[in-house]
Amino acid sequence: MYPSRFRYESPRSINEAIALLQEGGGEAKVLAGGQSLVPLLKLRFAAPELLVDINGLPGLDHHTVDPDGTIRIGALCRHADLERWAVLPARQPTMAAAAPLVADPIVRNRGTLVGSLCHADPQGDWASVVTALGGHVVAQGANGRRSIPVTQFVTGPFQNTLGYDEIAVEAVIPAPKGQAAGGYLKLERRVGDFATAGVAVAVELSGAVVTRAGIALTGVGGSTIDAGDAAQSLAGGQLTGDSIDNAADLAARAAQPRTDHRGSAEYKRQIVRTFVVRILTGVKESTERAA
Amino acid sequence: MTQARDEIKIGGLGASRRRVEDNRFVRGKGRYVDDIVLPDMLHMEILRSPLAHARITSIDVSKAWQVPGVRLVLTGEMMASRNLAWMPTLSYDTQAVLATDKVRFQGQEVACVIADDPYIAKDACEAIVVEYEPLPVIVNPAQALAEDAPLIRDDKENQPDNVVFDWEVGDKEGTDRAFAQADVVSTLELHYPRSHPSPLECCGSIADFDRSTSKLTVYMTTQAPHIIRAAVALVAELPEHMIRIVSPDLGGGFGNKVPVYPGYVASILASILLERPVKWIEDKTGNLISTGFGRDIYLRGEMALRNDGKILGVRMQTESDHGAFFSDAQPSKFKIGLLHSAFACYDIPAAHLVNRGVYTNKAPGGVAYRCSFRVTEAMYFQERMMQAAADDLGMDQAEFRRRNFVRDHDFPHRTPFGFLTDSGQYGKCLDVGLEAIGYQGFLKQKEEAKQRGRLLGIGISTMTEPLGAGNSREYDILGIKMFDSAELRVHMTGKAILRTGAKSQGQGHETTWAQIVAHELGIPAEDITVEEGDTDTAPFGMGTYASRSTPVAGAAVSMVARKIRAKARKLAAHLLEVSEEDIEWELGRFYVRSAPGQGVTIQECAAAAYSNMPDGMEPGLENVAYYDPPNLTWPFACYIVTVEVDPQTGVWDVLRVVAVDDCGVRINPMIVEGQIMGGLTEAYAMASMQFITFDAQGNCVGSNYMDYLLPTAWETPGYELHEVVTPSPHHPIGAKGVGECATVGGPAAFVNAVMDAIRDTGVRNIDMPLLPDRVYEALTQRHDVSGAPPVRTDD
Repeated sequence: MYPSRFRYESPRSINEAIALLQEGGGEAKVLAGGQSLVPLLKLRFAAPELLVDINGLPGLDHHTVDPDGTIRIGALCRHADLERWAVLPARQPTMAAAAPLVADPIVRNRGTLVGSLCHADPQGDWASVVTALGGHVVAQGANGRRSIPVTQFVTGPFQNTLGYDEIAVEAVIPAPKGQAAGGYLKLERRVGDFATAGVAVAVELSGAVVTRAGIALTGVGGSTIDAGDAAQSLAGGQLTGDSIDNAADLAARAAQPRTDHRGSAEYKRQIVRTFVVRILTGVKESTERAA
Repeated sequence: MTQARDEIKIGGLGASRRRVEDNRFVRGKGRYVDDIVLPDMLHMEILRSPLAHARITSIDVSKAWQVPGVRLVLTGEMMASRNLAWMPTLSYDTQAVLATDKVRFQGQEVACVIADDPYIAKDACEAIVVEYEPLPVIVNPAQALAEDAPLIRDDKENQPDNVVFDWEVGDKEGTDRAFAQADVVSTLELHYPRSHPSPLECCGSIADFDRSTSKLTVYMTTQAPHIIRAAVALVAELPEHMIRIVSPDLGGGFGNKVPVYPGYVASILASILLERPVKWIEDKTGNLISTGFGRDIYLRGEMALRNDGKILGVRMQTESDHGAFFSDAQPSKFKIGLLHSAFACYDIPAAHLVNRGVYTNKAPGGVAYRCSFRVTEAMYFQERMMQAAADDLGMDQAEFRRRNFVRDHDFPHRTPFGFLTDSGQYGKCLDVGLEAIGYQGFLKQKEEAKQRGRLLGIGISTMTEPLGAGNSREYDILGIKMFDSAELRVHMTGKAILRTGAKSQGQGHETTWAQIVAHELGIPAEDITVEEGDTDTAPFGMGTYASRSTPVAGAAVSMVARKIRAKARKLAAHLLEVSEEDIEWELGRFYVRSAPGQGVTIQECAAAAYSNMPDGMEPGLENVAYYDPPNLTWPFACYIVTVEVDPQTGVWDVLRVVAVDDCGVRINPMIVEGQIMGGLTEAYAMASMQFITFDAQGNCVGSNYMDYLLPTAWETPGYELHEVVTPSPHHPIGAKGVGECATVGGPAAFVNAVMDAIRDTGVRNIDMPLLPDRVYEALTQRHDVSGAPPVRTDD
């Protein structure tokens, strides 16, 4: 790897890191897991003057559940930490389903959920999952912290709303108001390939009634797609074959895929439709079993 | 009686001995070209063309020279002033070293920077300003052969069009007669997509010219160091004895490291000009977009059939896409390699094949990617055609193959295109495979699954292929005959060093060659060092590709060991004080026939060669053998795959893979099994996910491992391996080539299985790779899916 010349700093405190970003004045980049940034440096697609490595910062590697059920993921929490987090499947099955599907084991050992949100790749798995769960990102800058809903945080392909001197320090998943259910399915040509299509479905159930639903799509548009209409169609009712099919059709309609070497636009829509049906049918069947 | 047991104990023939070379590989102690650091070494980086076809109007290197630490900037113009702008290829064509007039493919070498470190070299490359005037781009044979197609090779005299060559083989009239008698004629049209051998280690070299001795040493990633030495002598006009090519540990080759690449030549010139070592290490993208690819051939054919299933004749019309330069490294007599080995395992009276090779604005290559010169394409077409014909006849695909196999007692057999096959038990291999997969049971299971809307399929691929070029009558590269060699030196203490003209890239020669010597001489394999790849020490050989190591160099190892044994016999007679005629040999020991208790070991004979030789005998115990095989070797394989296709997504899962390989006598069964598993994995990759495609502008899609997919352990199916042993009738120890069988025969088994699963749609063909979207398209649209996957068509 022979990137362009850059300055490298490894600050020891968050304030020091923010000061470095201010010094960089927009020509600085934050390095966390490096699983997207480093390949870009290698290809010289990215050539920042300053790299601020936050791996030495204390207090950012957490993944915790508040007493009320809110999940907090620190900026240095690795994908692999989530994959191995024993309480996650019961607490938040959509996240638990996605964690082992992110890239490959080597990437998962280094890469971070928060970094994936910041990178805002339309192929990123976590942006869909956090969108479906209605999560937000906590950003810290010179003037303190602010909270940004993920749907506003990701503004386009490889674009987020962070100021150049802000660091995304945490992702927050709100506590479910009922029983959390759902899943994540992804079609990839090979482990570690970008998704041909991916679907995140998160529902909250009170008995058999859906009290909240979120559906978001990976890799079928210029950005992560929030299939709000599809999710909305499920809220307040029970899961039935018809309601599932209807949601799947709405999700497929929300997708904006392009024909490329991973498949035709129509094919990708079919995958979205199929995956929504498969996840929701799984939820329906396990609800019926429980009842 | 006890010999077999002793032989395994000393690591001889049939011992699954652990690989000697793995000791250093698993410890990270392998020594690859990039591990070599010489004093005062400089680093070279190549500037490549962003365009596929364009005239160069200017190159401004002034800013590159200004980057601190830059030692030399090379352009085509500078190469031309030394008559090095163009170099000969291994197929009697020429290839640009650095472009002078035009660039002819994306990624073509335009300039080189030599600097103190690779960062500086890369920075300086970015400072070079090249102005291009874009030209119309050709990315496939149809465009190349269009009437108004732009001429790609306007550098060549007598080149009015984009045709590289026309080649024809077989009996046209006889084939026409066969078709006139046919009850049924089956047709099939395929594209075997461009793939890349993609060794994990990319290409590279360190050229070290020493002015004081006039000696040029080049450490180089090459599968054929001696051919390279000859080529360097011709291209650089240096005396051959002043050139030393060293091919150290190689991280895979698969045919990619046979051709001569511009980077090698440029690093050599740079070292001569600067009188310092110059290292060039290619990056992954450079390797994928500019070095020898595999396949990229359009295959059309038809089969004349009798209603009872007998094949009467075959016709093939093929078009091969060679990219911008014909640098395939084929045997010079066979322009399209051994494509005409197709249908060799079937008894077919008549066949005819025509091939047209064309230039396109794509990287050159067409190398034998883990196969014996285009044999992969031949066998893929053969086995897809066999399935299509069985379908057309409404005949069971296994039975159709069996009915047409060459029978065990019919050898030697002349194939329809003129090869002479010599041995095999084709029917037995098929039986072993069908039994292992539970053929009848699966067919029943498939029918039951269909009732529940599930799609199961079974695919068979059976083939024999020609491995181990040559013999010297028919096979040469640039006129150099395709023999090989081995040199054996037995030391005073009975230990030995063996050198051959082959070059391991992962095949395990250090392990298996020692086993052949152990088999011939009874010296324990662990007492034998094997060394390859250094032209100053190794005997002349043609290198390792086309599964030729064991058939040719391996045979030379046997022959040189036998020469040693012949001399040792004389020494034994001397030591035992009897005449040579009274001596018998058992593994590792000569004894007196009439008194078997009286004997001497091979080690005692070795000691005598240096300390107690008879009067008049030349001292020492060493020899060299050059082996020119009488024929190719003809291994046979039967691969059977079962799959389930998901009708809603087109995703297909492999249920089982059964492989029956008959590669003759196995020297190291563990290594053979490793080769078969590796080959099957590459077959699965090509069938399921792998391709390099080009958009209309000639931009390469597949230029890195995000786009060019190698299967991981996650996707790779499990394999069930079986064997049948039919020794080669002419190889000294009965071995046949095997390294490439599974890559060659495997793809059709996977594709046939998927096609079988969706048979009810009436779809005849999906071109590889069978990505889920292509299978889904065939399932739902009920039409063939042909050609390379599209690239962004709806923008």
